[in-house]
Amino acid sequence: MNRLRTMKPAARQNLISYTLVTAAYLVIRLLQGQGMLSRSIQGQLVPICCYIVMALSLNLVVGISGELSLGHAGFMSVGAFSGVAAAVSLESGGVGSPAVRLVAAMAVGAVLAAAAGFIVGVPALRLQGDYLAIVTLAFGQIIVNILQCVYLGVDAGGLHFNFLDAELHMEGGVSIISGPKGTVSVTKIASFTAGFLLILVALAVVQNLVNSRAGRAIMATRDNRIATASVGINSTKYRLMAFVVAAALAGAAGALYGLNYSSVAPSKFDYNTSILVLVFVVLGGLGNMWGSIVAAAFLTALPETPAMRGLADYRMLVYAVVLILVMLGTNNPSVQSFLNGKLRRKKRRKEGAVK
Amino acid sequence: MKKKFLALLLALAMTLALAACGGGGAAGTIKIGGIGPLTGSTAQYGIATDEGAKIAIEEINALGGLQFELNGQDDEADGEKGVNAYNNLMDWGMQILYGCTTSGSCAAVAAESFGDRVFQLTPSASSTTVTEGHDNVFQLCFTDPNQGRTAADFIKNNGLAQKVAVIYNNSDDYSTGIYQGFKAQAETVGLEIVSTTTFPEDTTTDFSAQITDAYNNGAEMIFLPIYYTPASNILIQASQKGYDFTYFGCDGLDGILTLEGFDTSLAEGVYVLTPFDTASDAALRFIEKYKAATGSEPNQFAADGYDCMYALYAACQKAGVTADMTADQVCEALIPVFTDPGFSVDGLTGSGMQWGTNGEVSKDPLIVQITNGVYVSQ
Repeated sequence: MNRLRTMKPAARQNLISYTLVTAAYLVIRLLQGQGMLSRSIQGQLVPICCYIVMALSLNLVVGISGELSLGHAGFMSVGAFSGVAAAVSLESGGVGSPAVRLVAAMAVGAVLAAAAGFIVGVPALRLQGDYLAIVTLAFGQIIVNILQCVYLGVDAGGLHFNFLDAELHMEGGVSIISGPKGTVSVTKIASFTAGFLLILVALAVVQNLVNSRAGRAIMATRDNRIATASVGINSTKYRLMAFVVAAALAGAAGALYGLNYSSVAPSKFDYNTSILVLVFVVLGGLGNMWGSIVAAAFLTALPETPAMRGLADYRMLVYAVVLILVMLGTNNPSVQSFLNGKLRRKKRRKEGAVK
Repeated sequence: MKKKFLALLLALAMTLALAACGGGGAAGTIKIGGIGPLTGSTAQYGIATDEGAKIAIEEINALGGLQFELNGQDDEADGEKGVNAYNNLMDWGMQILYGCTTSGSCAAVAAESFGDRVFQLTPSASSTTVTEGHDNVFQLCFTDPNQGRTAADFIKNNGLAQKVAVIYNNSDDYSTGIYQGFKAQAETVGLEIVSTTTFPEDTTTDFSAQITDAYNNGAEMIFLPIYYTPASNILIQASQKGYDFTYFGCDGLDGILTLEGFDTSLAEGVYVLTPFDTASDAALRFIEKYKAATGSEPNQFAADGYDCMYALYAACQKAGVTADMTADQVCEALIPVFTDPGFSVDGLTGSGMQWGTNGEVSKDPLIVQITNGVYVSQ
């Protein structure tokens, strides 16, 4: 372990992460090219990427910053709806390239979700523990309720907005957001490659933040707030930093998600989705980015495997049982020590090979 | 520790063994993929459409001609899961898509089936976004705005009320869609909406504010384009306050008479716009079979599902669809049949059902009033 530390573990870890994610992407692309992936798996690639980014960003809040946030899907919804609005507006404005629209949508989604994160975070992060959890839970509910009343359309004259009333007074034009129906008739432009790139960006942002001066301040605040404050670190500022960065990443993931379906309802982003993402984070291990990636991919794909689909009525029952077993299994000390032992041995072997 | 490991391993083995026993289909049958919420908060609707369709398929297969096989998949009323279920059914070799039960999921799936050219018939997804721009998607139920318009016309023409209050669920596109249709038609025919109040999905127990607002504005009738569980609370709370309104509901209210723990005398005189005429002979036979199969009363969703299978059966026969055709061949064969003005289907939810090129059904709406605990046609 000492040798590892002297070799700039952060840089090494980052490199390993990027390489493994890229390798996974290339393998899937290769299989896809060979026609070896079923439609079921191909259809899940983009949502899995979105959930991975969601889990990575929530891990930054829950694992690194140590705050329990129960409204993460709320930021995803902000990103999804603003991203779709941006993409459709650009399309009707004559921007033909899907790649440009997708990137612009993700950027808009990230910025607006970050703004939402800032607005929620400034008052909320003065609270701690359970109180913060309740405020974020409420935020998640409020944003869904607001979005259910939003009507948005675009025509030659620009964007038309209305609240609670479906009448948009448009001349021709297309409807983008239609109250409880959510986004309607969206041209699907999300792609697996974009999802993969977003995961890389999210990993880079999170890992670099964690290994920076600010990241150490965030973790110090998590471990002991009073001690951190006593050495002159503004704990609210650093916690807010983690919270806003996580919101921005969730917004980008939401934009990608929104552009993968022709219609997404606001109710998709209720607390169930927030809890689902929290499950990914907890199952993968708090503060463990790799765990988040694996847990998000595994738990999203699991109930959709043909074997599970074949179970029909018992599908969700078995899913729950598997979830409990995995939780028990990963928390079992003997399993943990077994896994740790394996990993350590592997690491040592690798180190030997590098030297 | 060893014991625990063994238990864990055994549990996993059992899971896998369970997982292995799904799938498999007979040769020479047309594969119909069904999508609806079989789990979650809207499971009752998905299970009803699934069970209703199964009963029809049993009858159709017993006739000995075309053979159908239904593979019903769960979408939890969610678009993402709906698309997953759809992809899964495509891997299975689906030739015709039956579903989805709910509008939200259906809108996402319809875009996929349109791209792949798979014929889609939905029993109960009543939003207009489902069929808009999709020539391959057809509805067996009325669209939401259509129900609202029909209700406004009926109230006006029969002089049921002049001042109407509306309470709708603004987080539900079904409810919002009916309200929008109702509001537009009420303006046209000169019906006065004196109070419009809303509630979200998760606040369905206390309606005193909405009821009081309706009363204070002098409403004679409350229009309830909502599901029967919240509606039952409105009926109870208004009667507790001593207010005497007439009520008018749409097909979501169908089922209020069988709601557990609800005093049905409160529903006396309530008007319900429902396509399911439970008094006909065919309906009685269906109700009996459904009860025998599932142990519960069928609602309108089950009848919609039953009718869907017979509509598909009639169309497949007319188009000469065979089991060896691919999904897009079936789709191109069925679309002209469905949109043919000469093609009509008699079912439990209406006779002479026909479809336009926009995918919407045209059939006569049925309005019933609850009298002595049963539906009486108006």
